[in-house]
Amino acid sequence: MLQLRYYGTSNIPVEAEGITPDQLAGKSAAEIATVPVQHGNAQVPLGEFFHVTGSADDGDIRIDGDCSRVKWIGAGMTRGRIVIDGAAGMHLGSEMRGGEIHVYGPAGDWVGAEMRGGRIHVHGHAGHLVGGAYRGSPKGMRGGVILVDGQAGNEIGSGMRRGLIAIGGPSGDFVGISLIAGSIFLFGPTGLRTGAGMKRGTIAAFSERPKLLPTFRYDCTYQPVFMRIYLRQLRQWGFPPAQLESRQTFERWSGDLVALGKGEVLYCVGP
Amino acid sequence: MLTIEGTTIDDTFAEAFPMTAARLIVTAETPDWAWTAGQMATGYAASVIGCDAEAGIERTIPPEETPDGRPGISLLMFAFSRDALQKAVVNRVGQCILTCATAACYNGLPIVKDKTIRVGGNLRYFGDGFQFSKKLEGRRFWRIPVMDGEFTCEDVFGTVKGVAGGNFLILGETQAQALAAAEAAVAAIRSLTGVILPFPGGFVRSGSKVGSRYKKLKASTNDVFCPTLKGLVKTELPPEANAAYEIVIDGVDLAAVEQAMRVGIRAACRPGVSRISAGNYGGKLGPFHLRLHQLLR
Repeated sequence: MLQLRYYGTSNIPVEAEGITPDQLAGKSAAEIATVPVQHGNAQVPLGEFFHVTGSADDGDIRIDGDCSRVKWIGAGMTRGRIVIDGAAGMHLGSEMRGGEIHVYGPAGDWVGAEMRGGRIHVHGHAGHLVGGAYRGSPKGMRGGVILVDGQAGNEIGSGMRRGLIAIGGPSGDFVGISLIAGSIFLFGPTGLRTGAGMKRGTIAAFSERPKLLPTFRYDCTYQPVFMRIYLRQLRQWGFPPAQLESRQTFERWSGDLVALGKGEVLYCVGP
Repeated sequence: MLTIEGTTIDDTFAEAFPMTAARLIVTAETPDWAWTAGQMATGYAASVIGCDAEAGIERTIPPEETPDGRPGISLLMFAFSRDALQKAVVNRVGQCILTCATAACYNGLPIVKDKTIRVGGNLRYFGDGFQFSKKLEGRRFWRIPVMDGEFTCEDVFGTVKGVAGGNFLILGETQAQALAAAEAAVAAIRSLTGVILPFPGGFVRSGSKVGSRYKKLKASTNDVFCPTLKGLVKTELPPEANAAYEIVIDGVDLAAVEQAMRVGIRAACRPGVSRISAGNYGGKLGPFHLRLHQLLR
């Protein structure tokens, strides 16, 4: 296992795209300390911000400390496991394709933006645009799983194409905006305009009725079988809000009729 | 000579052959509805001589073991090729599980590349464009709108090269004694997993031989085991035997079929059962020769 202990104090963000099992495997601790990271407008060795011990040959990386100013941790990773004991900065696991990231603390904006596979579990709060599409990009998250135990900000899953996002606490406005497909589960209250412009896909709300636009139509109240498969899987992943969730009756709303209209918003109403 | 509980075991072998198999997990809101769907889906599936597949209910599955946490059953279906199996499974799921109240259908075998059949992926078109796909942990599920909500069916099912045609014959002194022995064998085999007994009640009274004096028939009655023909043909029945039943076993692998034969034969041996024999074609048809004496030692 590779251990990185953050000791930096700079307010200028550190862009550490190289912190992935793919890029650090096969390197000694001394070599890893020389891996360049971007600090402001300069490239500096990773060792200027992290104490480095061990090796990443087993694909396991553990990061300790307040990394809220360290961006792009795990970006593009395809395998292995990163555990962050503390805060994580923006773009955590951006475009990742495989492996796991666990954050025992808060994470910044753009968690898992445009990710393709793997799993990110934030055991705290997350910022805006979880699993979202970068500005100008046609698609957001395209596969994989993002779990946020706490709250998250605006535009969760914007332009999402495939995959699963589950938010345990309150979420901001425009959840699932321009959703193309995929699933977003919300276990806390939601902000305004949930599902605006969604084409397909599922937004499920377990806490309070989502504030939907008038371009959503009520279909029925029923017990979707697939929901039990998802809740069982969330429980297996250790996602706390799903542990006690046994309700199975949902209102189904179709929308957004200003877009394709083949999406659904499910609102949990009872046992 | 090998005898068990006074019953003689013939020194012969059952001849079995490979068939492609799929396992379907069927769930529903209640065990009764899961059972109903399973019985319908495995109907008219006794033998590939006249059916598109051989199929049966393997076991009941408690809610904690099913993908959606509802009561379920598992079914095994066998056909001579993966293409034939896909066609049979799609038809059977489409006509008997899709149509059954509250039922859902999932794959019950590991997925191996190029060894799969597409079930939900073919049935989704029934949704007429309103079907929904959900992909979780590499498994795709189709949600097809139906009149009681949705039919959920897994996209792709795994297959294995199973073994079909494991068998043994119970030669009883009376029909009642042969029947009781066959029922006991079926009860014992049904406690196992990995095998099905595709015939009605788990065994067949109309054992067949290959060919017929009528050209258009591929199979005809196994006259040497018919008690009413003992005076006319070179019978295989001992003088005291007046009824015979054949237990036919299909399994996901050879070991499962062997174990089922072992357990079934032991359960069938009793007073009133003269002999246990087995059906074969002289070793010319199937590559698996299950010798009774070897199985029971």
